[in-house]
Amino acid sequence: MNAPDPMGRRVAIGLPYLWLVVFVLVPFLIVLTISFAESALGIPPYIAPLGFAKGWIPQLRGTLGSYGLILGDSLYLKAYLNSLRFAAVAMLLCLLLGYPMAYAIARAPERWRNPLLMLVILPFWTSFLIRVYAWIGILKTNGLINNLLLWTGIVHEPLPLLNNEFSVELGLVYSYLPFMILPLYATLERMDLSLLEAAADLGATPFRAFLAVTLPLSLPGIAAGAALVFIPAVGEFVIPDLLGGPDTLMIGKVLWDEFFTNRDWPVASAVAVAMLVLLVAPIVLAQHALRKGAESS
Amino acid sequence: MPYASEAAPLVSVVGVTKRFGEMAAVDGVSLEIARGEFFALLGPSGCGKTTLLRMLAGFEVPDAGRILIDGIDMTDVPPYARPVNMMFQSYALFPHMSVRENVAFGLRQERVAKPAIRERVAAVLDLVQMGGLGDRRPHQLSGGQRQRVALARALVKQPKLLLLDEPLAALDRKLREQTQFELVRIQEQVGITFVVVTHDQAEAMTMASRIAVMDRGRLLQIGPPSEVYEAPNSRFVADFIGSVNFLPGTVRATTDRGLLIASTDAGLLRVAGAGATPDGAEVTVALRPEKIAMSRTPASRHDNQCTGVVREIGYLGGFSLFRVALQSGAVLRVSLPNAERSAATQFARDEQVFLSWTSGAGLVLVE
Repeated sequence: MNAPDPMGRRVAIGLPYLWLVVFVLVPFLIVLTISFAESALGIPPYIAPLGFAKGWIPQLRGTLGSYGLILGDSLYLKAYLNSLRFAAVAMLLCLLLGYPMAYAIARAPERWRNPLLMLVILPFWTSFLIRVYAWIGILKTNGLINNLLLWTGIVHEPLPLLNNEFSVELGLVYSYLPFMILPLYATLERMDLSLLEAAADLGATPFRAFLAVTLPLSLPGIAAGAALVFIPAVGEFVIPDLLGGPDTLMIGKVLWDEFFTNRDWPVASAVAVAMLVLLVAPIVLAQHALRKGAESS
Repeated sequence: MPYASEAAPLVSVVGVTKRFGEMAAVDGVSLEIARGEFFALLGPSGCGKTTLLRMLAGFEVPDAGRILIDGIDMTDVPPYARPVNMMFQSYALFPHMSVRENVAFGLRQERVAKPAIRERVAAVLDLVQMGGLGDRRPHQLSGGQRQRVALARALVKQPKLLLLDEPLAALDRKLREQTQFELVRIQEQVGITFVVVTHDQAEAMTMASRIAVMDRGRLLQIGPPSEVYEAPNSRFVADFIGSVNFLPGTVRATTDRGLLIASTDAGLLRVAGAGATPDGAEVTVALRPEKIAMSRTPASRHDNQCTGVVREIGYLGGFSLFRVALQSGAVLRVSLPNAERSAATQFARDEQVFLSWTSGAGLVLVE
């Protein structure tokens, strides 16, 4: 391909990179810098780790103290592991619920597909916060479900549905399910259906054809959906804050508390950096594995 | 049907109809296919040939009629339980599997032992000359190679019946010709009954031992290629298989040597055979372009002769195609082999010519 306008090409390719540098890399570097700072009373509430002494001599006043703190206190590690667990369970549940839904939409008559997809996306028309709030009304002791169960006599005492791990997991699955369905739908919808006919023709029952053809061919969609659910779920703050109990420990909530309640910016930044590292490492590994798989296929 | 009587047919299609909405894609078709035949379903697109093939494979269920394979009613048997394999027009190779895995897929469904799978896959890949490429993925193959893998995958289970849906449509012309003969070679080697769907009459004639011509869901004629070509039973078949001239006329007399037909275009026509047509009947005489002789002087011995003017000449290398206007204004297509390299024998545009043909050249169609 010949490029009639190399300048225009460079701009077109450069813009997204510029965006990433300005809005992702620079903020991250600021957070990284703060994480090495010492906390102090004042505005901002820390001593900049990079500074200039009198006479414009560069001076390094950084400290690893914040990292020491989060490594030393088992609370942070527990919060991390809890978040990973919550996110992993949410991811699995989203996959188990989302796959059949995406499959059904992809195989529905063509005129039904867009309306069905609209229904999946419809919740986004309302604020995320309001939707999570609404779950409180549904789940609370005096809420919709408990009242219904009491009224029908199925239970005689309200069930503890709110402010526990169950409600947090429910909130996560509810909120992130569309992010699983959409990429799955995209891969399932463009699958060549004659492949399934070929599998049937060669003696595979519908179930075996699903396992041998549909499932492996939808792996990219599964991987994309899993990442889209898992990554934001790990750092989720609103759902555990609104639906979780006092003992629901998730790293997003810890981060919030460090930042706004304790006003300890360096520790909050260190938590954020550690979370990023913990998230990025497995994603890079997974992408590497996927790319290797794609190359060999 | 010369083949059907030799043994019990492998495939019996009995009064099969398949509707999509209001339209009957296949309309009351009955036919029999003998063991070991290379059978072609031929017709224009939308004639129902592919629907009929898909009913044989089990992907469509007929609305009426039965399909028997090897004497067993298969009408409601799902595709995965039929002794039938299909080669898809798109090939439908599994993109996430190697060539070898693609071919082994059918055997793995049958739970054949691993060493036996390896052996049979290797043998069938050798048969289609793909032995060295077993580890490739479909996207690393050329179109011709994919076609071979698709064929191998359909052959490896040794089905009673192999269905081929436009097997050569995706190949370029040179490769298509070569592959036609190779399909015939493979079919003779493995002895499996082949049913091929094609819209290309030359392809059907080259490969098939019998051809079924379909149009608008109906079966029009069924027979060996030479019979379908030389004795078409309708205008549609005559026109669809090869090139043909139609001369309308009225039967004047029936003699022991054939019919005398009065044609407004070419005078009195003598056509051999076909005695069941009453005098005065309106008929059409079908005349193939290669059966007409063309000369500058009147032919000495002929049954039919008329004069005309060469209007257009198409030089096609091996032969030339002429469009000759008769006095009535009707245009006859005439094809002549280019037997000599010299241009001296060739006719020129607007040249006055004599056309002649024997009484055995034309065919009377009553419709």
